[in-house]
Amino acid sequence: MIRFSHVSKTYANGVQGLRDVSFHVPKGQFVFLTGHSGAGKSSILSLIIGEQKPTAGEVRVSGFPIGKLGQRDVPRLRRKLGIVFQDFRLLEYRTVEENVGFALEVTGARREAIPGRVMRALTQVGLAGKARVYPKELSGGEQQRVAIARALVNDPPVLIADEPTGNLDERATRGIFQLLQQINGGGTVVVMATHNLALVRDTGYRVIELKGGQIVYDSSAEPAPGATA
Amino acid sequence: MRLPGLLNDALRTFRRTPLLSALSIASIGFSLFTIGLFGLVALNFRETLQGIAERVEVVAFILRGTPTEAVTAASQDIQAFPEVLEVDYVTAEQALDRARTELVEFQEAYRDLETNPLPASIEIRLKPEFRDGASAQRVAERIRAFAFIDDVRYGRDWVQRLDRLRDMAGVIGLVIGLAFAVVAIVIIGVTIRITVLQRAGEISIMRLVGATNRYIRGPFLLEGLIKGVLGGLLAVAMCWATFSLFRKSTGELGGSVVFFQPVHLLLIVIFGTLLGLMGSLLSVGRHLRHV
Repeated sequence: MIRFSHVSKTYANGVQGLRDVSFHVPKGQFVFLTGHSGAGKSSILSLIIGEQKPTAGEVRVSGFPIGKLGQRDVPRLRRKLGIVFQDFRLLEYRTVEENVGFALEVTGARREAIPGRVMRALTQVGLAGKARVYPKELSGGEQQRVAIARALVNDPPVLIADEPTGNLDERATRGIFQLLQQINGGGTVVVMATHNLALVRDTGYRVIELKGGQIVYDSSAEPAPGATA
Repeated sequence: MRLPGLLNDALRTFRRTPLLSALSIASIGFSLFTIGLFGLVALNFRETLQGIAERVEVVAFILRGTPTEAVTAASQDIQAFPEVLEVDYVTAEQALDRARTELVEFQEAYRDLETNPLPASIEIRLKPEFRDGASAQRVAERIRAFAFIDDVRYGRDWVQRLDRLRDMAGVIGLVIGLAFAVVAIVIIGVTIRITVLQRAGEISIMRLVGATNRYIRGPFLLEGLIKGVLGGLLAVAMCWATFSLFRKSTGELGGSVVFFQPVHLLLIVIFGTLLGLMGSLLSVGRHLRHV
């Protein structure tokens, strides 16, 4: 699903984001990316979503060679990924269902099929009753659930979550994590960058720890697809 | 994206940010209005100059005793000059009649004449594009070559002054017009920049969920187009209002002032539309390259 082979990334300002990073995430795996700020977590995620290209080495995501992606390929790659950020990134002038449906509209899905698929995604994240509400009227945890529903609505094989619980309290964090576990249970690869070591501990999931742009620890524990902690 | 969805998306922006939308429409409108006002002044100035230039004509006085046939034949030759619009043969009698009716002050003097002191002449009107000093002089020189011509006049001094006025008006018009256009572009640029900043987040979210550049551009372009058309119409309305106000307040004097032709108005609206479209294209394009 995701393969990094001897990947280095140097930014235009000379900062080295990654040095010779290699790892492989097979189908159905749940992976934590941990490390301090600037360790290279964001570099890895931005390479996966095609925001950046590697300076050296090769990155492949769902069959897409990231280093060779053209402008037109990026949207095709993004449709195979669900992406969730710390700051939710919802369109505040659209209702919950419009925010989720938006991801389908963009891909040119049949108009008649949109409401049903939106409702299914909202049900999955436990927000079926708040379809007509605007993001501002929701709690942080609920907003993140909307963002996850939007990421899921296209049934992507990979879900990328960049500090998804960074802005949430303990209870909401647990809820979001459980939701991500459920999603992984359905066979979706989940790559989650986090600072929250308490969350990572004892889950049994694979942990890749980064420091100074290099992998310093990889548990390589690869539980069977769909395994829950 | 289907057109109703596209339109809905474009209109959503107007509902969501009415103030900013109004600001962009007003900035396009006012910028075009200043250009339009300047255009109106230029248009009227040109009309006035043209009115004056119509009086540019070459008059050739004919030696006494010249047979009419010779003059008629020459008139036909002159008519064939590329600069000439029409040639009028004025006999000595016609000249006297004209003097009697037009120069009322001298009516007494002309009444009791035994011999006609006025010579016959040919009056040559020039085509509009040749109503300038150099052309008039060229025609005059050529007419002078006819043996029966006594003298040729074309009001050299005032024709040359008219030429200078026209040149000056052209330069001043170009400079002021350019200045107005630059100001308009700067104002519109600033408005666009604000719109870009406001939209940055939205565009990045669209890209995040896999929207193609074309899909993202669609609603923005339509929105820019609508703003441009509305801005253009606003400019036309303001030009008309100013024109009417001016005519009303100047009364008799303002009666001769002219307004734009429909094609000019259409040009203003089209220009506004292009500005709106270009603004959107630039503002979205910038972001599509960076996100």
